[in-house]
Amino acid sequence: MSDTIVSLPDQSTARIPKVNFITKENGLLSWLLTGDHKRIAILYMISITFFFFIGGALAGLIRLELLTPQSDLMATDTYNKVFTMHGIIMIFFFLVPSVPATLGNFLIPLMIGAKDLALPKINLLSWYLYVAGGILAIYTMATGGVDTGWTFTTPLSTHYVNTNVLTTGLAVFIAGFSSIFTGLNFIVTIHKMRCPGMTWFRMPLFCWAHYAASILMVLGTPVLAITIVLVALERTIGIGVFDPAKGGDPILFQHLFWFYSHPAVYIMILPGMGVISETISTFSRKRVFGYTAVAFSSVAIAVFGFFVWAHHMFIMGISNYSMLVFSLLTMLVAVPSAIKIFNWTFTLYKGSITFETPMLYTFGFMGLFTIGGLTGVFLGAAGTDIHLTETYFIVAHFHFVMVGGMLMAFLAGIHFWWPKMTGRMYPEKISQLAAVVTFIGFNLTFFPQFILGTLGMPRRYAAYPPEFQVLNVFSTAGATILGVGYLLPILYLTWSLKYGEIAGNNPWQATGLEWQVQSPPLTENFAVTPIMDHECYDYEWLENQKVKEVSSVG
Amino acid sequence: MSDSTAIAHAAPDDPHAGGHEAHPAYLRHHFENVEQQADAAGFAMWLFLLTEVMFFGGLFTAYLIYRNWYYPAFVAGSHQLNIFWGTLNTAVLITSSFTMAMGVWCAETRKKSGLVLCLVLTFILGLGFLGIKTVEYKEKIEKHHVPGFHYSLNSFLNPDSDAEAKAAGDKPLAPDMAEHTEVYFSLYFAMTGMHALHMIIGIAILGYMIFRARAGAYTSGHVTFVENFGLYWHFVDIIWIFLFPLLYLISRHPN
Amino acid sequence: MTDQKEMEESQHHIVSPVVYIIIGGALLVLTGVTVGASYLELKIFNPIVAIAIACIKAVLVVLFFMHVKYSSKLTKLTVFCGLFTFFALIGMTLSDYFTRAWGRW
Repeated sequence: MSDTIVSLPDQSTARIPKVNFITKENGLLSWLLTGDHKRIAILYMISITFFFFIGGALAGLIRLELLTPQSDLMATDTYNKVFTMHGIIMIFFFLVPSVPATLGNFLIPLMIGAKDLALPKINLLSWYLYVAGGILAIYTMATGGVDTGWTFTTPLSTHYVNTNVLTTGLAVFIAGFSSIFTGLNFIVTIHKMRCPGMTWFRMPLFCWAHYAASILMVLGTPVLAITIVLVALERTIGIGVFDPAKGGDPILFQHLFWFYSHPAVYIMILPGMGVISETISTFSRKRVFGYTAVAFSSVAIAVFGFFVWAHHMFIMGISNYSMLVFSLLTMLVAVPSAIKIFNWTFTLYKGSITFETPMLYTFGFMGLFTIGGLTGVFLGAAGTDIHLTETYFIVAHFHFVMVGGMLMAFLAGIHFWWPKMTGRMYPEKISQLAAVVTFIGFNLTFFPQFILGTLGMPRRYAAYPPEFQVLNVFSTAGATILGVGYLLPILYLTWSLKYGEIAGNNPWQATGLEWQVQSPPLTENFAVTPIMDHECYDYEWLENQKVKEVSSVG
Repeated sequence: MSDSTAIAHAAPDDPHAGGHEAHPAYLRHHFENVEQQADAAGFAMWLFLLTEVMFFGGLFTAYLIYRNWYYPAFVAGSHQLNIFWGTLNTAVLITSSFTMAMGVWCAETRKKSGLVLCLVLTFILGLGFLGIKTVEYKEKIEKHHVPGFHYSLNSFLNPDSDAEAKAAGDKPLAPDMAEHTEVYFSLYFAMTGMHALHMIIGIAILGYMIFRARAGAYTSGHVTFVENFGLYWHFVDIIWIFLFPLLYLISRHPN
Repeated sequence: MTDQKEMEESQHHIVSPVVYIIIGGALLVLTGVTVGASYLELKIFNPIVAIAIACIKAVLVVLFFMHVKYSSKLTKLTVFCGLFTFFALIGMTLSDYFTRAWGRW
């Protein structure tokens, strides 16, 4: 790791620009009533981090309980509540908004040359809805939690538990609208507010990925909303729509629930893939191989993602015909994701690769997402799914793609754009250490779970047969290391706000309009509307720019 | 060529200083011109309507499944609804869609009093729709056809005891099929209730709009709000256009 | 730029009240037709006719009251996407129910 592409201004004379979006206005209200997409992104970043640590603490409790085969740390009912809340918080209050609401909100207008998103007030509303949903989720936890599993399967959730299903449902309902409004905003912005010269195929792939994810948010989330409404009606007045005793069908709940929840996983991963496209190009000094293929594969994932939901229901009682169709379609949906991995790999080929922190996380993503994705293929085949579903194999699969994939991409993105958002660089050595620690901790935590799953350990069980203990102990040990790996960024990123080196406009020598403005950017992003006159990831254009560039005056 | 087009300068503090060209007050600064703003707002409204389509989609899915499974129960349930009120409500809503469309035309052609009249008519028709709905719901409550609130199977086990069932010439249902009428009414209340909720929200916004229209807010070139609300109102009309035959007109032909 | 031109056209085209009157009238007539048709014994075609008439009414509202006929290609595409997803939900869910016999309690 000797070379680096980092190019910082002379630290003895460099200053953070005096006028930027942070210093423009002061006072709490100027943040709480802001329309500035960058400030809203920062608000989201703080709240999302908060919920990540709550979800993480719950994960810690799960792993602690699973150190021993008996259910000795907590009662099994409590354990059920712990993993349910872990799932709900991590999915709805961390993963779904993570990259879109923080990085997407911050960067999309900058990347396309716009002054803000199309609907700033809706953007702010989206944050308030997120916070309201989050507070309600915390209230649910404080008043006894919910123990149905994040999937709220009926008739358990409608008839057999006495826990806070309704409040949790309401929290998720509200958070869902937050997600819908974010997606709606992105779609309108990307269609209508690109600067002159910014054609669809000159947009960064980050924007394409968010566009695809936004389509899913807008079209999929409302179905979750109506499902929650029906569960609420079922629980309160017993309308009978999911109750077999009244002629209802519990499987209908699952159809409606998974119609959203499968696209939800693509909502979660696509923005992360967008980040990877950016970092892999920058740290290979090469344009992304097959730009068009990567752009269209994002949209393809979004479209195909709507047709595969019943692969979560293979053992639930759907017809054999449905199993066949959904299994086949699931095989197809793996193709666009694989296309991306191939294209990113070919981007690396003959590139000038350097190993700064974002690139370490990117490599982590490539390896771990590939493993997670391949195990998804085993699960998409109905024959093997019957044996592997509801075991730890599934748990390992989705943690590989979501944590090994998405969370690593999120961290890559946070580190990559941190200098742009704050004007300061984080300390490189410790951040690289954190990335390596995270990678090691992650593999130690979740790889044993694949083995546990194939050996037959079921998921969502507090107590398990003693022969599974050794692997569980490895997993918990890994979780401890992983926790350290996630704690470190909080510490050094916060430290860097005051003591980090001044980053300047473009510390990574990256292409992209966001790197051509000051760090942190002005409130209005661009004083003059930019004109996009070159292709995306055009490093030759960048070379020409450097020759003629005048550094900004603070 | 590669001058400072893509590099930001420090901005002057007052964006209106230095020869800034005149623009309407309602142009938000992140838009280049009013056309872009109106276009973006319209597109955003359409996307919101897409979310509404998917929201109701879940209910329509449930309806289609259970109608297929429990057809006789759905027939019996549907016969409990009053075709006169249902048809009248449909006509009321279609007319309100017409008055709303006329309202948009008045806004576009800057006819303030015409716009206010059309909005008031739409408002009244909307209230009329809800009033008729109240009458219908009241009848359901009286006959204990509300799921979860002392739901009664009497009308379906003994059709002769029930005026509507007798008029439709219904035969008694088997006990288990009679129980499934509760599923029909669950969907009836869920779908019409959700629709009515959207009507109420729409009427509330209409009230606000009448107030603003009288002040001339929409007849000076800035028609976006009225246009986009019109889209919402027409969408609510479309939902009812489907709810009416699906709920009211199941097997109405005399046998 | 065609996008720009389309945008301006869709905003400047004002639909005449005559169109609204005709379409409104057609909608009321079709309502009467659908009620009348429900009283005829058409066996399997009863629900088909009812849905078909509802679809025609909805199309009239979308095209004329909601101005989609005079709107940009993007608006038309957006409407199509909504319908497409709606039919994906209904179609694929129903395909499960129509291919299994169990569940009819």
